Amino acid sequence: MVWLLFIVATFIYGQSIQRILMLREVQGSLFRLKFMRDTGRKTAISTLKELGGQEADPTSRVDRFLEYIAIPPVDLDPSGVIWRLEHVLDVRDVRFKDEVKLMAPGVDETQTNNMENMLEAALALNIIYKVIRHFFVLGKKTKSLYIIMQLQMLLPLIMREAEAFSNALQAFKDGQPIGDGAGALVAAKLMHGHKTRKIAKDIVMAKVPIEGRTAYVLKAEGPGGNVGKPGEAIKQIIEENKGKIATAIIVDAAQKLEGEKPGEVAEGVGVAIGGPQVEKYKVEETVRKYKIPVNIVLIKEDIGDAVSSLRREIFEAADAVIDRIKRLILERTKEGDAIIIAGIGNTIGIGQ
Amino acid sequence: MSETGPPRGRFSSTLIIMVIVALALSIAAFFFAADAYGNQDPIQGSYFMMIGIMGLTLLTYLMFQTRRKTLRMPIQLPRVATTILCQKCGFKNIREFQRGDYILKEGEECPKCNEQMIIASIYREVKEKKGEKELS
Repeated sequence: MVWLLFIVATFIYGQSIQRILMLREVQGSLFRLKFMRDTGRKTAISTLKELGGQEADPTSRVDRFLEYIAIPPVDLDPSGVIWRLEHVLDVRDVRFKDEVKLMAPGVDETQTNNMENMLEAALALNIIYKVIRHFFVLGKKTKSLYIIMQLQMLLPLIMREAEAFSNALQAFKDGQPIGDGAGALVAAKLMHGHKTRKIAKDIVMAKVPIEGRTAYVLKAEGPGGNVGKPGEAIKQIIEENKGKIATAIIVDAAQKLEGEKPGEVAEGVGVAIGGPQVEKYKVEETVRKYKIPVNIVLIKEDIGDAVSSLRREIFEAADAVIDRIKRLILERTKEGDAIIIAGIGNTIGIGQ
Repeated sequence: MSETGPPRGRFSSTLIIMVIVALALSIAAFFFAADAYGNQDPIQGSYFMMIGIMGLTLLTYLMFQTRRKTLRMPIQLPRVATTILCQKCGFKNIREFQRGDYILKEGEECPKCNEQMIIASIYREVKEKKGEKELS
């Protein structure tokens, strides 16, 4: 009889039981996210104290930084949205760098960039934690199985991203090269030993003779954590050469699909520049104007590898990419042509 | 190097009540099963035994379902190696990464040929899990 009642109760309250179990699962992940967020905050504070060597405590500034918001421009009228977005991003970048300089005065440019990257990773962890907490509390308050169910189903992917940012903290703190810098690594290997000059914001360029062609090799200025403005740099090189560029080859890290090996190399066409699309737009506009073909060489990696310290397979892929670039140059250009080779990505821990 | 995860959350009172009820019913079912077997009624005994096992399975599921996720994921800090290379004689020195190292940084002099060495690589080794290796 008691068992019969128990089974009937299970039928009636099945959804509630399921909701409780899901909430428990989400709560477990939320504890974990909170731990990661707090660790990120503590790491940022202790590193800034250590590097800044100042008496003043950066805690309140770090806490303020972790709540930082950048509002994207209005896109209801899309005309000129790219330039307005670029302006917002520029202001954000300057503001972040100034904040780091105030938190740890006296640190050099490389450390400033690394600290900025570290704080951005801590900021990302804080946002992830707060969004998940929001839906968890909302699900609990409304007792809506569907809010909780969506959250529980997405959590494995969100946790992977949070883990990646958590690992990134250590890499940024110490200035270790990361997976996203695979493109910059290729460019660094090509331009090493050649004279470099600054061509756009945080971008260096070297003229390198490759297979009888003149290659304009560019990357973000290292070894600090930087992505620079590669689109601006490519545009500038094309305009300096009055459009006489035989081809542009863009090397970047790309998200791999599950089952693919990290460090796999793929080729294609198009503009492979990630991020908020401003730089990609500039290249697309310029190459369309001068009818320049754009080839891409991609190094596959997952989100975790992209922001964690560089793994061996990705490092070794750089040599395979250089071979592919040489083959592409021989196949698609003539001797004496001018070409552009752009290594895209965060150049933290990579010199030139 | 690794850091441990956050302190694990305690069970909610609702869950504890559910577990206690399932446990009590299972124990009762096992008691009735033993009684039925004693009274030479193996069919009824088997029914009670089955109900008892179901109850135990249910409470084990409840316990593990709520604790499993938090027990897994410790934060692993990877070991990163720096390789310093003499481009003239090929002498290699591999050591643990130190803050300030970066790829293509000019390092110390080569102990063999006194040429300036450079940091040729900085990377971490990742051991792939068996299942992932088989599929790729």
